[in-house]
Formats: sequence, structure tokens, C-alpha cells
Amino acid sequence: MIRLEDLTKIFQTPSGDITAADRINMDVPEGNICVLLGPSGCGKTTTMKMVNRLIEPTSGKIFIGGEDVTSKDPISLRRSIGYVIQQIGLFPNQTIEDNICAVPDLLGWDRKKSRTRAGELLEMVALDPATFLGRFPKELSGGQQQRVGVIRALAADPPVMLMDEPFGAIDPINREVIQDEFLRMQKEIKKTIMFVSHDIDEAVKMADKIAIFDAGQLIQYDSPDDLLAHPKNSFIADFVGGDRTLKRLRLIRVEDAMTKDPPRVTADDTLDKAVNLMEEHGHISIVMVGPKGRARGVVYLSDARGKKGKVGDSHDKLPVSVHVGEDLRTAVSSMFMHDEASLACVDSDGIYKGYVTQRGITHLLGATYRDQ
Amino acid sequence: MDNDIINADYTAGGKRLNPLRSGIDRLAGAIRLTDALQSNALASTARMIVLGLAFLAGVLAWSSGILPEILSLKDDVLYLLNQHLFMVAVSGGLALLVGLPLGILLSRPYMLKYAEALMQILNVGTTVPTLAILALSMSVLGIGTVPAIFGLFVATLLPIVRNAYAGCQAVAPHLIESATGMGMTPGQILRRVEIPNALFVMFAGIRTAFAINVGTVPLAFLIGAGGLGELIFQGIALNNFGMMLAGALPVALLAVLVDFVLSQAQFWLVPKGVNPLR
Ligand SMILES: Nc1ncnc2c1ncn2[C@@H]1O[C@H](COP(=O)(O)OP(=O)(O)O)[C@@H](O)[C@H]1O
Ligand SMILES: [Mg+2]
Repeated sequence: MIRLEDLTKIFQTPSGDITAADRINMDVPEGNICVLLGPSGCGKTTTMKMVNRLIEPTSGKIFIGGEDVTSKDPISLRRSIGYVIQQIGLFPNQTIEDNICAVPDLLGWDRKKSRTRAGELLEMVALDPATFLGRFPKELSGGQQQRVGVIRALAADPPVMLMDEPFGAIDPINREVIQDEFLRMQKEIKKTIMFVSHDIDEAVKMADKIAIFDAGQLIQYDSPDDLLAHPKNSFIADFVGGDRTLKRLRLIRVEDAMTKDPPRVTADDTLDKAVNLMEEHGHISIVMVGPKGRARGVVYLSDARGKKGKVGDSHDKLPVSVHVGEDLRTAVSSMFMHDEASLACVDSDGIYKGYVTQRGITHLLGATYRDQ
Repeated sequence: MDNDIINADYTAGGKRLNPLRSGIDRLAGAIRLTDALQSNALASTARMIVLGLAFLAGVLAWSSGILPEILSLKDDVLYLLNQHLFMVAVSGGLALLVGLPLGILLSRPYMLKYAEALMQILNVGTTVPTLAILALSMSVLGIGTVPAIFGLFVATLLPIVRNAYAGCQAVAPHLIESATGMGMTPGQILRRVEIPNALFVMFAGIRTAFAINVGTVPLAFLIGAGGLGELIFQGIALNNFGMMLAGALPVALLAVLVDFVLSQAQFWLVPKGVNPLR
């Protein structure tokens, strides 16, 4: 969808030439979030601003949807690209409504249509239109302003969005919330997004693909997991951090890592059956489920061995379980917290779906290294 | 920051003028202060006190026989008031027409090289007493209404240009970046973003400029342009208290009125989101 070919920008300054972007080649597939990542001054912003021609390239080409935009009229090009910056840039003299409708107004949309859309967009980011449409930017908190900044860029429904550290100025707690909200939105709207960040955690969380820059050069362009598992050189390895394996945990969902259709017992089963099942699978515990399949309790091999009676009479409480939609980081953290070697995985109704073990996770992370 | 600009002009204006001018200045300043406190109950109390004092002054004036004397000069007052207002309107109007576009033009990026130098000159210009400006104008253009209007125009122009420039300069660069990034043309950015956001500071300049203008017009008499200054200066020369007041009172009222009108315009015309008064 967005393709950069040998894109180069050399700034001529009194103190000499600065190559801010050095023959950048990359392709952002439609519907992907591509995060441009790297230390300050490595050329992320410059690369991004060439896409909507806020900066004219020294050489190279940019294609959007197959069309070479380096020869297109910059004004109409920019109106077709959503643009969000860290300082947000809401116009303080205009109401939130007029701010959101800025691009539709430039495009000459019907007023009623654009104002209706402004309300719908506010609802998408959980801001009440009745309260906020008539307010001025200074009457909003930083997080609220940033949400408005994002939906303003979406107002004219552009296929492509450019976002320059859009959540950089927000406090860490709110940043997580806004990131999650944005990812939920992106699932629906499926824009092709170039997203500048200097925060590896944000990149890993948001990106379908990450492009790491250093001194104007694109060093590695890969999916977050590949990047973390196989950093191309020591610069990348240093940049992504010594805990890159742990970071990978965020990328894998419990659902994809768990062992499905696990053995289970019900309250009416005998302890004998429970012991047999555990020995058969080589487990040291087994989950007891209720009539509908909800995880209800646990029987430990050490307790049940040699005992008579029903599971229902001598099970323990399930110490902890994890939702299948969580990432492995949450699962591992629970395991350490409760000193458990395995964890029951349940869905939103509490139905027992599978389990993850510390060994299983280690194995999974190791697999990609062994493939080398 | 906005207030600094207003105040800076004020002290500069106050220092260099005759007692009358600075008196008017102070009065205008007081009115402005009450405006700023509009939402405050203090303001209405202050208004009541002012009205009360005015009433007392009226009673005093009548009983001492000054008011009848003033009334006897009615025809002169009206004729000179007419001249006076003409000078204010023409010089002030021209200063607006030239000053605002000039200030905005100077704030364009391509003017950056010249703008700072020119602002330095303008800043030096504002420290020249208005009486000296009138005198200089006379030395070039002779005596009469034209040199007076020209001198007034120059004195009024400076704060307008300076604040229009400063206001546009103060518009945050990221506003312009996001406006450009969403596809506004330079003209649209100027109209929809820069001017609305600079308007409050521009208005501060306009108010300062008109305070200077209205305060200087009485001096126009000194270079033969007439106006209410004639009554004031002749009243002083002849030791005729009534005649002096017949000139001074309308001059003072005019200053109050002009600033009141401008403050209302500032209050209502500057968009709510960028108007500290609202
Ligand atoms: N307008 C400019 N003029 C000169 N040098 C610039 C300009 N913009 C950026 N640079 C330089 O280009 C390099 C890359 O800048 P930038 O793309 O903003 O970095 P990043 O966004 O990755 O922090 C930096 O060294 C910066 O100083
Ligand atoms: Mg940057």
C-alpha cells in the first residue's frame, strides 16, 4: 500500500550536509501498522514526512496504492492522508466539532454529514458527543485531546494514516489505555498506518511490522517477533534490549501457546480415575470442571494417590487461571506470582480450554532459535 | 504573555506623555482593568463608585458656575469635536488598514530576514514621544490637518504592526504543521488558524494604539490642526477653567468610550477558545 523506493533526504545546513534518510526501501502492506523505530535523530520523522510531502525527498520514490505521489499535488495528497503529531495540534480557536470536521470541511463535504460523523467518531473513543462537541480543546484533558487528535485524522476516512509519536506525551497509564483503544479501532477500520515511535515496548505492542532506523538507514524491517528473536546485528540487539525474549511473551497469546483439550475430571469421578489420568499424561495435577465445563477446582497427584472417594469431596481450590485472550507475559507473571508450574486457561465464560506450562513456554520461545 | 505585551505598551506610552495623556492613559487602564474583572462582582461596585463620583462632580460643577460656562461654548465644542473625531477616525482607520496587513506580512517565513530588523526600528520608533512625532511631521509636511493626521497615523501604526507581528509569531508551530499536514493551503492556514489565534494579541495592540491616538489628538492643535485641544490649551493660556474643561471632558470621555468599544469588540470577536477574557 505504501512503498518507499530508494527514498533519500539530505538536509543542507551551514554546518554541512545531513543525510536524514539514506536510500530507504520498504513496503507497508494494506491494513498494517508499520512502526518506524529508532533513537532520536535517526530519521524516522523525516522519512514519514516525505510520505505526505511535508518534506520533499532529495531522491527516490513514494507509492501509495501504486500511485507515485512525488508528482501529485501536495494539498490534495495531504487531504487524503490522516496525520497525527505528538503535540496533537488541535486548533484552540475551534470547537472539538469544528476540529474534527477540519478535513471534511476542506473537502467540501455536506455540513450535516460531517457533523454527524464527528459525533460518531467521538463515540468510537468513548467520549460523549453531547458533552464534547461544543467544547474547546483547552477544556479537555491531555488524553482526551489526543483521542480527538486521532479521530480528527480519521474524519475524512483516509486509507492511509501517518502518526508521529502520537501517544508520546501521555502518561504511561493513559498511554496503555489509548494504545489498546486504538488497536481495537484499527481492527475495524483497517487503515494502513505509518507510526513513529522511539519506544520498543510501544512498537512491539502496536506493530504488524517494525522498521528500525539508525543514522538515516533502515537497518531491519521485520515482524516484531522476528525482530526480537533474530536481531540482525548488535545495534538492533542493543536497541531492543537484553530482555527481548521476555518482550516476545507479549506477542504470543495464551490461546496460541496452550495445550488444548486437556484431560479433566468432574466432581463425580473417583480419585482413582484422577490419579490414572494424571499418570497417563505425566501431570502432577488435574483440573476439575463443573457440568458445563467451567474450571472449578484442582486435584494434586501427591494428595490423591492412595486415597479413596470422589473428586468432589477432596479437591482443592484452583489457585489461579488465565484468560485465553491474555498474552503470555501475563500468564508467566501469574505463574511466578503463585509459584505454579502450569496454569489453567479459561475463556470469558470460565470454561476450561487448556493449560500452559513453564516448560511449554520455554520450549515455544526456544523453537525459533533452534530453527536457525 | 498577552498581558506583557499590553503592559509593555502601556508603560512605554505613559512615560513619554504630558500629564493629560498619562491621565487618560491611566483612566483607560483603569477601565481596562475593570473589563478584565468583568465576571467579578468587584467590577459592578467599581462602576457604581465611578458613577457616584461623576454625579458629585456634576453637582459641584453646576454649583460653582462652571457647567453653565461650558454649555455656553456648545457650538465651539461641537465644531472642534467634529474636527477631533475626523482626525481620530482617519488616522486610526488608516493605521488599521496598513498596520494589520503589514504585521501579518512581516510574520511570513519568507520575510523573516527583514522582519526582525524592522521590528527593532519600530521598537525604537515607539519610544519617540508622540509630540515629537507630530513636530517631525510638521517639519516635513508643514502645518494643518494633513501633517497632524500623518503624525497620528505613524504613532498609531507602530503598536498595531508590532502586535499583529508578535501575535502571528506566537502561534505555535505545531498548529501550523498540523494544518499543513491536513492539507490546508497557506491562505486557509492564515484565515482559519493564524489570525484567529493571534487575534487577542492583535486587539491588545489596537487598544494600545487607539489609547495613544486619542491621547495625542489634543496635541494636534499645536501644529494647527484644531480639534478639542484648542479649548484645552487656550483655556490653560487664558486661565479659563471652564473653557479648559469644555475641551478636556469630551477628550476624556472619548478615550473612555473608544477603549470601551474596543474592549467589547475584543471580548466578542476573539474566539472563545483563545480568549482569556471569556
Ligand atoms: N529541517 C531540517 N534541517 C536540517 N536538519 C534536519 C531538519 N530536520 C531534521 N534534520 C536532521 O535530520 C536528522 C533526522 O531527524 P528526524 O527525522 O527528525 O529524526 P527522528 O524523528 O528520528 O528523531 C537529525 O539529525 C536532524 O537534526
Ligand atoms: Mg521525530
